[in-house]
Amino acid sequence: MDKRKPGVETINLGHGSGGTMTRDLLDKIIFKTFNNPYLNQKHDGSIVKFAGDYAISTDSFVITPIFFKGGNIGELAVNGTVNDVAMCGAIPKFLSLAFIVEEGLSLDDFAKIVNSVKKAADKSGVQIITGDTKVVERGKGDKIFINTTGFGEVHPKGNISFDNIEVGDKIIVSGYIAQHGMAIMSEREGLEFESTIESDTTNVNFLVKELLDKFGNDIHLLRDPTRGGLAGVLSEIATDTNKGVAIKENEIPLEMQVAAACEILGLDPMYVANEGIFIAIVAAEVADEVVETMKNNEKGVNAACIGEISDGHPKKVVLESTIGGKRIVSPLIGEQLPRIC
Amino acid sequence: MKYLNEYRNLESTKRYLDEIHKIATTNWNIMEICGGQTHSLVKNGILELLPETVRMIHGPGCPVCVTPLNLIDKAIELLENDVILCSYGDMIRVPGSEKSLLEAKAAGGDLRILYSPIEAVAIAKENQDREVVFFAVGFETTAPANALSVLHAEKEGLTNYSILASHVLVPPAMEAILSDELCNIDAFLGAGHVCAIMGMQEYYPLVETYKIPIVITGFEPLDLVQGIYMALKQLEEGKFLLENQYARVVKEHGNKAAIDVIKKVFEVGNRKWRGIGEIPNSGYIIREAYRKYDAEAKFKVGKISAPENSQCIAGEILRGIKKPHQCSQFGKACTPSNPLGAPMVSSEGACAAYFHFSDNLISSK
Repeated sequence: MDKRKPGVETINLGHGSGGTMTRDLLDKIIFKTFNNPYLNQKHDGSIVKFAGDYAISTDSFVITPIFFKGGNIGELAVNGTVNDVAMCGAIPKFLSLAFIVEEGLSLDDFAKIVNSVKKAADKSGVQIITGDTKVVERGKGDKIFINTTGFGEVHPKGNISFDNIEVGDKIIVSGYIAQHGMAIMSEREGLEFESTIESDTTNVNFLVKELLDKFGNDIHLLRDPTRGGLAGVLSEIATDTNKGVAIKENEIPLEMQVAAACEILGLDPMYVANEGIFIAIVAAEVADEVVETMKNNEKGVNAACIGEISDGHPKKVVLESTIGGKRIVSPLIGEQLPRIC
Repeated sequence: MKYLNEYRNLESTKRYLDEIHKIATTNWNIMEICGGQTHSLVKNGILELLPETVRMIHGPGCPVCVTPLNLIDKAIELLENDVILCSYGDMIRVPGSEKSLLEAKAAGGDLRILYSPIEAVAIAKENQDREVVFFAVGFETTAPANALSVLHAEKEGLTNYSILASHVLVPPAMEAILSDELCNIDAFLGAGHVCAIMGMQEYYPLVETYKIPIVITGFEPLDLVQGIYMALKQLEEGKFLLENQYARVVKEHGNKAAIDVIKKVFEVGNRKWRGIGEIPNSGYIIREAYRKYDAEAKFKVGKISAPENSQCIAGEILRGIKKPHQCSQFGKACTPSNPLGAPMVSSEGACAAYFHFSDNLISSK
C-alpha cells in the first residue's frame, strides 16, 4: 500500500538518474548546505593535500527508525565516523558522504537529515568534501542509508595500539552505557518512561584530543563500543592482546532508567549498542587524572574506571557481579534476543 | 528499579551466603526448576560462592529447550507457506531438524519477533488478507497472555489468527523427575513466576508424596541465596515443607484472573517434552470451543518427526542427571553459534548459561 500523503514532495527514481532532477536536488539541498571550497570544485572527487600520518575510517548507517529521541540518522552518520577516526588517536578533518535513498522519502525528511549532517559536521570541525546520492526503488531500501568515510590527522602525541596495552592498565568508560541502544529500542517498542531515554549520539573527538594533548602515549587504546556493546569491545581487547580483562559490575556507569528499560525488555546492557561514549585503556599512573579530565568535559561527565588489564585469565573478560560473584563475559553470537519469560 | 536493587545487594546476599556455609554439613543436591534461575545463578556467579557440598542441579524449566523438535519444524513449514509467523525472541535460533526459524526468515519467511501475543493480534487485524500465527510456547507463565490473544482475536472477529501452542506445566515435570530412578534431587527451588500465576496449591501434594522440600523462589541474587538457604535449612533439620521465598510476588492462590483466562481457552492434556519425551497431563491443549484458533488443526501441518542429534544429551541435562560441561560435545561440536540441541541456544538453557558465563577458569560446580 502506498502510504505517501498527497501533496508531499518525495524523492523518486528521477532524482537518482543523473539528469536535471539530480542536479536540482544536489544544488538545492546538498551544495547549498555544505558549501565549501572542496565541494565547490564540483569534480568527480576532491583534491586534498595530506601531510603526515592519516587515519581513515568508513561506516554505513542503516538505522530504523531514521528519526529517534536525541537525534537522527544524519548526525549519527557523522558522529559515528568522526568518533571512529578519533579512536585511532587522530583529529578528524574530512568526511565523504553517500546516500542511498529509497524512493518515496519526503524531500522534507531528506533536507532535515542533510541539515543534521551539516550541523554535526560543523560541531565536530569536519568538512564534507565528496559525496554521492543514489535512489533505489521502493522496497529495495529502508527509507535512507548513509555511508561516510572520515579522514583525520594522527595526533602528534597519539600512539594507539593493542601492542601498548600492559597488565595493570586501567579501563575507563567515558559515560553511561546502553543509552543509545535503549533509546532506539524504546522507540521501536513504543515504551515510555517517566522521562524520555534519549540517544547520546555525539562527537567525542575534542575530548579525545584533550586527552592526547595531556597524556600522550599513556593513552594506550581507544575504542568505540557501538554494536556488540561494552561486552563486545572488551572481549576483543582480551582476545587480541592475549591478556585478561577484569571489570566490576558496580563500577559500570548505567543510568537508572536505561537499566529499568533493559530489565523490562529482557536485555543485558553490556551488549546494548552505544554512541557518544568510548573506552580508554590507559597507564595505571594517569588513570585518576584521565577520569578527572573526562569528568570536567561535557562529553565525559559520567566517566568511570571500571576495571583493569590482568594477567590472570588471558583472552577472557571476567566480571565481578554486584554480589561479589564472578563470571565470564563472552561476546554476543548474533543479535541480542528478548527472552520468553 | 525498586524491588530489584535491594535484591542485588552485596551485604544482604553475603549474610545469607555466610549462613549457608554455617549450616551445610553434608552433600545436598538442590534443583532450581526454572531456566531464568539457572541464568541468574550463573550470571551472578552464585555457584562459585556456595559451599562445595551444595550442588545446584539445573532443571527443565527452559521453555525453548523443551519445545519439541517437530513443533519447530511445523513453525518453519508455516513460515515457508506465506504465513506471518510471530514468535518470542529466543525461539528463533533453536535448530529444527534442518534449519532454525532465523534461517527460514533469511530465506524470505515473514517472521516477526514480538514481546506479546497481543501484538500478533494487532498484526492480524492489519493484515486480514494473510494468516498470522503466534508461536505460543512456554510454561504457565506465558499461558495467560497466549490465551488472552485468542480471546482478543475472537472479540475482534478475526478469522486469520491462530496459535501454534506448546504449553508445558511445571508440577508434572517435577513429578516425572522425582519418579525417575536416577533422580538424586534432595530439594527444589520452585519457579517463582509460574507460581505467581498458578499459586502454591499444586505443590503441597508433591511435598507430601515425595517428602521433599520445595521453596518457591525468585530470580534476583538475594532471592536465590535466600531460597537455597531455606531449602538447606529444611534438609539439615530433616523437614519437608512448601515454603514461599518469593512472597512479594507469589500468593497462595495465584492470580485468579490469569487462571480463569487459561481455563477458558486451554485444557490439560499430554505433551511431549524435547529431550524428555511425553509426560501425561503435562501441558495445555486448546479446548474444542477454540479449535479454530489452533494452528495445528487449521493448517494440517505435516507430521514431521525427525530424530534428535544423537550426540546431544539434552534429555539428561534437562532432568539434572548431567551438567553441561560433562557433555563430550560441550564447547566443541556444540556452541551457541552452532548448537546441537536447544539448551545451547536459549539464554535460559543450562548449556548456553555455562558457555556464556563460566568456563574452566571458574570451576563449574
